[in-house]
Amino acid sequence: MRDHSADLDLPPGARVVVAMSGGVDSSVAAALLHRLGFEVVGVTLQLYDQRAIRRDGKSCCAGRDVEDARAVAERLGIAHYVLDFEERFRKAVIEDFADSYAAGRTPVPCVRCNERIKFRDLFDFARDLGAQALATGHYAQRVRGPHGLELHRAFDRARDQSYFLFTLSPEQLAFVRFPIGHLAKSRVRAIAAELGLPVADKPDSQDLCFAPDRDHVRVVAALRPEALAPGEIVDQAGRVLGRHEGIARFTVGQRRGLKVAAKVPLYVTAIDAARSRIVVGPRRAGLVGAVRLTDCSWLAAPEVGEVVAVKHRYNEPAVAAQITCAADGTARVRFVEPQAGVAPGQACVAWRESRLLGGGWIAATEPWAVCAASCLDDAHASA
Amino acid sequence: MHTSAPVYLDWAATAPVLPEAVAAVAEALREVGNPASVHAFGRRARARLEAARRTVARSFGVDPDGVVFTSGGTEANQLALYQARGPILVTAIEHSCILEAVPQAPRIPVRAAGVVDLAAAERLIFEHRPALVACQLANNETGAIQPVAELARLARAHGARVHVDAVQAAGKLDCAPEALGADTVAVSAHKLGGPMGVGALLARPGVALIPRQPGGGQEGGRRAGTPNLPGIVGFAAALERVARIDWSPIAALRAQLEADVRRIAPELVIVAEAVPRLPTISCLLLEGLTAETQLVALDLEGIAVSAGAACSSGKLAPSHVLLAMGYTQAQARCAIRVSLGWSTGGEEIARFLVAWEHLYKRWRARKAA
Repeated sequence: MRDHSADLDLPPGARVVVAMSGGVDSSVAAALLHRLGFEVVGVTLQLYDQRAIRRDGKSCCAGRDVEDARAVAERLGIAHYVLDFEERFRKAVIEDFADSYAAGRTPVPCVRCNERIKFRDLFDFARDLGAQALATGHYAQRVRGPHGLELHRAFDRARDQSYFLFTLSPEQLAFVRFPIGHLAKSRVRAIAAELGLPVADKPDSQDLCFAPDRDHVRVVAALRPEALAPGEIVDQAGRVLGRHEGIARFTVGQRRGLKVAAKVPLYVTAIDAARSRIVVGPRRAGLVGAVRLTDCSWLAAPEVGEVVAVKHRYNEPAVAAQITCAADGTARVRFVEPQAGVAPGQACVAWRESRLLGGGWIAATEPWAVCAASCLDDAHASA
Repeated sequence: MHTSAPVYLDWAATAPVLPEAVAAVAEALREVGNPASVHAFGRRARARLEAARRTVARSFGVDPDGVVFTSGGTEANQLALYQARGPILVTAIEHSCILEAVPQAPRIPVRAAGVVDLAAAERLIFEHRPALVACQLANNETGAIQPVAELARLARAHGARVHVDAVQAAGKLDCAPEALGADTVAVSAHKLGGPMGVGALLARPGVALIPRQPGGGQEGGRRAGTPNLPGIVGFAAALERVARIDWSPIAALRAQLEADVRRIAPELVIVAEAVPRLPTISCLLLEGLTAETQLVALDLEGIAVSAGAACSSGKLAPSHVLLAMGYTQAQARCAIRVSLGWSTGGEEIARFLVAWEHLYKRWRARKAA
C-alpha cells in the first residue's frame, strides 16, 4: 500500500474522526487512516429508525449498517461511537425532501445531508473532540493547489461524488479529508478484502437511504400527503390531457407514468404545485437554455465568460455552460447546448476541468427558445 | 490517545464487584447442588442460600421471610407493582423499569429542585385513591434523595401500599422498609459491589406477595425458578463489606469535583444541588455542550461517565428526569452523570477535570469563532 500521509496533510498521530456509514468506502477510509498511524475515531450516525423501514422480515442492508460499522471498527481496533441524529436528520433532510416535492421541486437529499448533518453537526462534534480532521468515504479529492486548497473530482471518475460536496466552504474543506478519493472502487474493495473487513463484498449503498425500498413516494405521502393528491395533466396551453396521482410522482423531463395518449412522446416540462398540475409537452418544449441558482456556494468563482463543465443533475454527464455570479448568492447558468430534464430543486454544480468550483440550487429555468433569442442581446451587452 | 489507567466514574451504572463478592461467587460456582433437592448436596446448597438470605435480611432490617431474591432491580420493582389490586401512582422521575411497566399510571410531579412535590402527591392520592404508590429512595440520575417517609405517610393514610425503589440508594442509605414506611423495597446487587443478575424484593413482615412468575414454588412460592445461588451469595458478601464503607471521603471528593468544575465553567448547572443527594452522584449540565459530545470526548481520554440512565440501544434520549424537573429538551440533552464509589481517588477526579476543561475550552473556542 502506498504511503498517503503526505496527501492527507496531517501531523503524525493526529486524531481524525471518520464518518463510518457501515459501507465499504468509509470502512476503507478508516482502515487507511488507522494503518497510517492516526488516532482514528469512528462515528456512525443513526439517521433514521432502521427497524421502521424493514419490511416483511427481508434482510435489509440498511438495517445492518450500524452493526457493520461497529464490526469494522472492532476489527480495526479503533474507537467507535454511534450518534443519534434521527431528529436532526428528519428535520434537516427528510422533511426538506418531502417539502421540496410538495413545492413541485425535485430534491437532492444527499447534498442536504452533507451540508446540514455531516459537514455541520458532525464537523462541530469532531472539532469539540479535539480532532484535527473529519474524514469521509466520499469519492473526491482534496488537493493543495498553488493558491490554497482545492476540491477535485475523484480519481475514479465513474464514482466521483464531488457533486454532492458543492456546499463545502473553504473552512470545511480545510478540515475534511477523503482518504479513498485517489483510489479506484475496485482497489477500495481489494483493500477491504486484504484487510479482512467484514464489508468487503457488501453491495454499494443506494440513494435515498431513508426511503423504504428506495420508494420516495411513501416518504412524501407520510409527511406531505397533499403532494400525492390527484390532479390534472395539461399541455403548454393549459388544455387538460389527463389525470395524475400526485405531483410528487414526477420530475421535469420524466416520460414514464404519464398515461396520456399523444402523437409525439410527451415529457414533463413543469410542475405547478399551487394548482397540482403536471405540465407536459414534446421534448423541444422542455428544453432549457439557462437556470437561475440560489444559495450558491463557491470555493472558486467561475470567471466572466469562462466556459465551465456543469451538471444540473447527478446522473447526467457534465455539459458546457457559462456562469454569472451575483453578490447576493444567486447565479445564472447559461448552457451552451439546450438541456432536457432540468428540474428545480436539483443542484447545479460547476467544475473547471477536474476542480470543483461550486454551485447552487436550481430555482427557475429559462426555456431554450427564449434564451437563444436573447443570447445576441447578452453578447452585445457584454461587449 | 490516553496512556494512563482508565478512570471509571460511572458507578451508578454498575459498581466494580468487591473482592469478597468475587471470592464468594467463585466458591459457590465450585459447589454442586440445587437448593430444592432432597439429598445432601441439595441440603448444603439450601443452607448456603438461607445463610445468604439471613445476611441480606439483617442488612436491610427485614425478616428472612421478607427477602425474595430476583434477577435484579427491574424484576424486584415489577414484582412489587404486580401486587397492586387497583390504581398505581408513580413519581415522574422513576426508573424506566417502573414507568414502562405501568405506562398509564398517573405521575406525581417533582419540584424544580429534583424531589417529589408532596402537595401534588397528596392531591393525586386523594384524586386517584391508589392501591399502590411507588417512589425511589434516591434518583439514579441526580442522586436526589426523595422524601419517601413523608410520601409513605400520605399514601398509607389513604390505605395505599407503598413501594420504594432503593436500587441506587442501597448500601449508602438505610433502606429498611420499616424505617421508610414502605411495604416493599427493591434492591440490586451490582450497584453495591455484588454481581449482576441478582437483586431482591424486601417485604415488611405481614406483607404477602403474589407470584408474578409461577412454577416450582421457590422463594416461598413467591418467585419460581432455581435461585441464582452464586449471585445470591455474592450479593450477601458484598452487603457485609459495603456496610463498613465510610462515605464521607467520597462526599468530600464530590464536593471538590463540583467546586472545581464550576470554577472552570461558571455557567454550569449542578442538577439537584439544593437538595440532599447521595454522596456519589453529580449531574452536571452545560447547556449547548451535548452529553454525546462530552461522553465521547471523555471516553477518548479514558474517562467513563454517562448521560443519565444507561440505555441498551446506546441511544441518548433527553432525560425524562430532567424534563420532569422543568429543564428544556435542549438542556436535558446536555447533562452528564459523574458517579463515584468507594475506590475513587483524588487523582481520578483530577484527570476528569483536566479532560473536561480541555473539552470545555475547545467548545468555547468553537462557539466564539
